[in-house]
Amino acid sequence: MKLKGAEIVWECLTREGVEVVFGYPGGANMPIYDAMLNYPIHHVLVRHEQGAAHMADGYARASGKVGVAMATSGPGATNLVTGIATAMMDSVPVVFITGQVAAHLIGGDAFQETDVTGITLPITKHNYLVTRAEDIAEAIREAFYIARSGRPGPVLIDICKNAQVESCEFVYPDEPELPGYKPVMRSPKALLDDAVSLLENAKRPVILCGHGVIMSNAEEELMQFAVKTQTPVASTLLGLGAFPASHSLSLGMMGMHGEAYANNAIQNSDLILAFGMRFDDRVTGTLKTYAPKAKKIHIEIDPSEVHKNVFVDVPLVGDIKTVVSDLIPMVDEYDHDEWLEEIQGWKNDADTRSIMNWKEDGKLYVAHLIADIWKATGGGAIVTTDVGQHQMWTAQYYQLEKPNRWITSGGAGTMGFGLPSAIGAWFAAKDQEIWAVAGDGGFQMTAAELTTAVQEGANVKIAIMNNNFLGMVRQWQEFFFEKRYSAVNMVTPDFVKLADAHGVPARRVTTREEVADAIEWARNTQGPVVLEFKVEREDAVYPMVPAGAALHEMIRRPVKA
Amino acid sequence: MNYTFIALVENKPGVLSRVSSLFRRRNFNIESLAVGRTQDPDVSRMTIVVDCPNGDIDAHKIEANLYKLVNVIDVQDVTHQPNVTRDLALIKVLVAPERRAEVNGLADIFRARIVDVAPDSVIVEITGTEDKIEGMIELLRPIGIVEMVRTGQVSMTRGVHDGVRRMPGMNERRYDNMTEVAAMVP
Ligand SMILES: Cc1ncc(C[n+]2csc(CCOP(=O)(O)OP(=O)(O)O)c2C)c(N)n1
Ligand SMILES: [Mg+2]
Repeated sequence: MKLKGAEIVWECLTREGVEVVFGYPGGANMPIYDAMLNYPIHHVLVRHEQGAAHMADGYARASGKVGVAMATSGPGATNLVTGIATAMMDSVPVVFITGQVAAHLIGGDAFQETDVTGITLPITKHNYLVTRAEDIAEAIREAFYIARSGRPGPVLIDICKNAQVESCEFVYPDEPELPGYKPVMRSPKALLDDAVSLLENAKRPVILCGHGVIMSNAEEELMQFAVKTQTPVASTLLGLGAFPASHSLSLGMMGMHGEAYANNAIQNSDLILAFGMRFDDRVTGTLKTYAPKAKKIHIEIDPSEVHKNVFVDVPLVGDIKTVVSDLIPMVDEYDHDEWLEEIQGWKNDADTRSIMNWKEDGKLYVAHLIADIWKATGGGAIVTTDVGQHQMWTAQYYQLEKPNRWITSGGAGTMGFGLPSAIGAWFAAKDQEIWAVAGDGGFQMTAAELTTAVQEGANVKIAIMNNNFLGMVRQWQEFFFEKRYSAVNMVTPDFVKLADAHGVPARRVTTREEVADAIEWARNTQGPVVLEFKVEREDAVYPMVPAGAALHEMIRRPVKA
Repeated sequence: MNYTFIALVENKPGVLSRVSSLFRRRNFNIESLAVGRTQDPDVSRMTIVVDCPNGDIDAHKIEANLYKLVNVIDVQDVTHQPNVTRDLALIKVLVAPERRAEVNGLADIFRARIVDVAPDSVIVEITGTEDKIEGMIELLRPIGIVEMVRTGQVSMTRGVHDGVRRMPGMNERRYDNMTEVAAMVP
């Protein structure tokens, strides 16, 4: 069958099972947009290409499938860059398709020509420049395969305009042949034996659960392993949801704003089992004093993560689901009662300090609000966040029982992520309740996507935690710069009127009494809804491990009388 | 210390920039990099010399990162294997006809060749190890080097020796026995 390159693009996307594409047209991808009209795939017209990238990212995280975003050449493609880097840092499978000027014009600074494969080389798992229609199908086939296999990640395909309009015979390739791409799934028996004997001798083991557990669908295996060996589980920011927060072995989040008892457990542990996490500086604090007494086992699909930040005793390179399944029958049942009791002591101490025990003082605290939303939604909503203080409070207080419902920019910490990723998630889970929690700063970065939500009827509830500050930066200035506030005080628009101008129902909430009612109202109102919460301006996220400090050197919330 | 890696890569546009971008991004220090064709038209071969201040740990990182590139097929570390290592230099020396014999003599000692003779200059071609070439350069310098070009190091292991491959299973063409590979992990 002879097809135009632009048609081949859609034929391939259809065969990959793509239901929705987020994008923006322009000169260099017009043939693709023209061909689109003949295919049933739904296209979401965004207001800025960054929004398309985050939507595809949110869609991928909520569905476990590959997200797709499109843009034209030059400025269209460069507008995607922040979103591509965000997906890269969090290993999210997204295929980006950009238009490029005609092949014969490349290198001549043609109108809207940009070296997009060059720009995105370090922030994609792989990328392609396609100059001929004949090469489109293979590139797309490979791109989807690479994006979702091994350690997932974004792949970009830059398609020249001539390749979109030229015709060729369309054959959809079978399994791609990539001689240099062979993700390792299983770890060698000898190393599994080493891991088992380390566990045998451990008295104070801790599992560190990362995003990899969710990416590999290994929640079931994690549970079996943790229960069989009675090993407590601490999560990274992105690993939250892989292990139920209510489980007695759960330690919640570790790291800079992790639970004190999680960090204490790590620092006092004699064996760390890292499952699909990469020892980011935000979870280790200074490496000099990190888990000093612990032997380390690292289960990780990407061999370049092994020994990268922390030298480990037993590296188990492979797919977590496979490797942990292999390990479960090899390990004995243990009870670590003494160790779990010691941890319980730290947990009790944290309880006395918790903001949840504070008396009402008429002010709105984000932590309370998140707990209120958690209660109202039964803890079952898909929650996306922006980046900042509200993000950390959401991580701490929206206690997750299940995976693929927690969508936040961890590795890149990209402000502006919250709203578009929620819209993307809605396309993956239209029957589920979806909340986007954003700060006043980050919301304004991609606020234009509100009208996208309206155009699509996206049923997302947007909670803006308005402290009129770039709160997280303000907190650092308070703690580490002698409270010299620099460029953090922010005038915000009237968010209720702003929403109104978009045709989005909205309410402002200033007291705790109004909260429950507002949340219920938002939940019962179909389509996008904005709640603006006027929150305490100078609250801080606790505990906090200052950057570069040891993990146990936490600034704790002062205990109020 | 300098480590030498041999990487087989798919012969596709942009592969060299992928490799060099990776080394820059990960802060590895390339001392020398040479690329060329192989007996297989689909495969190119790189010899990469990298400064590895942390020894084997760095070597491990470099191999692992190279495999992150989809187009990299195989990586071996030949630093500690018996191997043949060569660099080629063309050195243009400004020399009056009276002193040409002196250059000739030096070339003989180093088994280098004079490949071009002009009225007041010659081009010396020398092939050999890094040390040998450095030695020759030192002696030619006082006479007057005006131009020089070096290809960068290329290496090949001797006989049936293979280099070290630290990435268990990344290369299915060569490793079926995973237990054997396990012993190689540092
Ligand atoms: C695109 C981008 N620019 C800058 C930053 C640095 N940054 C991190 S948190 C933060 C403040 C966010 O303020 P706001 O959105 O109001 O959230 P809050 O911390 O007040 O909850 C800033 C500026 C960032 N993470 N991303
Ligand atoms: Mg704020």
